[in-house]
Amino acid sequence: MLQEYVDRKYRRDNKPPVEANLIKNRTAIVGIGQTSYTKNSGRDELDLACEAIRNAVDDAGLKISDIDGFDTFILDRLALPMLVNALGIPDVAFSGEVSGGGGAGCAVAMHAAAAVVTGQANYVCVYRSLNEASGHRYGRGDDFIEYMPVALTPNYAYTWPLGFVTPLGWAGVWGKRWMYEFGITREQIGWWPVVLREYAQNNPDAMFYGRPMTHQDYMESPMIVDPLKLHDCCVNTDGAAAYIVTTVERARDLRQKPAIILAASQSCPIEQEIQTVYQRPIISGLVETWYVGQELYRVGECGPDDIDVAQLYDPYSIGGIIQLEELGFCERGEGGKFIEGGDNIRIDGKIPCNTAGGLLSEAYLHGYNLVIEGVRQIRGTSYNQVKDVELSLVTAGPGVQSSGIILRG
Amino acid sequence: MTVKYNADKRIPHPAKWAVLYRSSTPFWDGVKEKKLMLQRCKQCGTWLNPPRPMCPKCHSTESEWVASSGKGKIYSWVTYNEAPDPAFKTPYAVVLIELEEGPRLVSNLADITPEDIRIGMPVEVTFEDVAEDLTLPKFKKAG
Repeated sequence: MLQEYVDRKYRRDNKPPVEANLIKNRTAIVGIGQTSYTKNSGRDELDLACEAIRNAVDDAGLKISDIDGFDTFILDRLALPMLVNALGIPDVAFSGEVSGGGGAGCAVAMHAAAAVVTGQANYVCVYRSLNEASGHRYGRGDDFIEYMPVALTPNYAYTWPLGFVTPLGWAGVWGKRWMYEFGITREQIGWWPVVLREYAQNNPDAMFYGRPMTHQDYMESPMIVDPLKLHDCCVNTDGAAAYIVTTVERARDLRQKPAIILAASQSCPIEQEIQTVYQRPIISGLVETWYVGQELYRVGECGPDDIDVAQLYDPYSIGGIIQLEELGFCERGEGGKFIEGGDNIRIDGKIPCNTAGGLLSEAYLHGYNLVIEGVRQIRGTSYNQVKDVELSLVTAGPGVQSSGIILRG
Repeated sequence: MTVKYNADKRIPHPAKWAVLYRSSTPFWDGVKEKKLMLQRCKQCGTWLNPPRPMCPKCHSTESEWVASSGKGKIYSWVTYNEAPDPAFKTPYAVVLIELEEGPRLVSNLADITPEDIRIGMPVEVTFEDVAEDLTLPKFKKAG
């Protein structure tokens, strides 16, 4: 099972030829928008979505009525017709909803790109709106059980009655195994949240702006689910984010420098579940992230050394660090050493990561804020701008069917 | 140390999911009789865990249910210090057991405190009646 992953040899002979990929270099993200990120918005999710979408449309230099397609993913509390009615769009020609929770974080961009490049729509708006801090929290079982579609993974029958509820515990099991197999220490893991918090101090939009954290603060923070401490966990957020995808041809007439999609990919390897990915020969790695990376590099005709900045979906620190291994920024099992001291992921480091603060310190907008930061790095407008960015990588949720994109200028 | 429950809260019942997933019914029927049942492909012998209607290896839809020896080792674990569901009293551990037949199973420990848990520790199944209508397979030190 999963022999190509175990052997680290990605099969290329069964993939479509690179020149057949229409998304590559023909599609772009042209507008980005967000609301403020807060602990209690006092507004409903439709209201937040409208604001973020209007901001994205304004940013692109478009009108709301130019939007003729939408793409999002499951587990929000917003139905497309509500949005169309509020925005006053006469008709929507394309709409999609990708499964996999946060794993769809980049797949939505890919589907939007596929729609515009095949002539299904002109401008597809990708959006996410959540009241996760004040409303329903994905990380609380009693909330979660009420609105998580039970059909999503019937295997919950095997875990839920045992108190094995919510992503923190599910990921802790493969995280603990990773620590055990490679001798990863808590001290090492702590550098990921510490560096992200540093980035957030320059980002006035971040949830943790103005609230710095030392490595000692991290070490002294409470253990929520061993092996994960409070500051290993993403920050529940109220807010919305949106962006607009169109063709590179149309992008030329718009206001902003386009962030062109060099490559986009999705992955759902065998024995995938919603984070309880325990039947694979190796559980101390993130198989889906490895596949996403391999396909991005194949289509993009590039490799990890060509990536200038990365936004890695990190609902918890270990999810970010193991992705560094799976994407080839360091060897498998070397993530702990790679992150030690934090320099490798700082702005002048080998691979600057989550430069707006990521899901831990900017906002947990299910990765949409990561895509937006990936776009800013291409435009040169990040609060923590990396020098001379040519390629900007963004990934989606690990431990679930996942996705990723590489953007270029 | 097994999980302790808050008496006034209902433990989530597997039947909530089973209606959508008939493949797992024999597992839960087995648990009621204090047996740990595993599904296996009748044609090629591949373990089907979690249960499923088709063998991913040979695509046969013929399967059989066999009782596991109930013996295995701790493969990984977590300890909850904050309860994600009000039915459970913290702290408690959730373990991933690798059964000697190969499949891995999520469970709780009956007699091992979180401080004593070690990866590789040999364990065996035991059954706990946690509610009038619910028996769960748990694991204890291999005797």
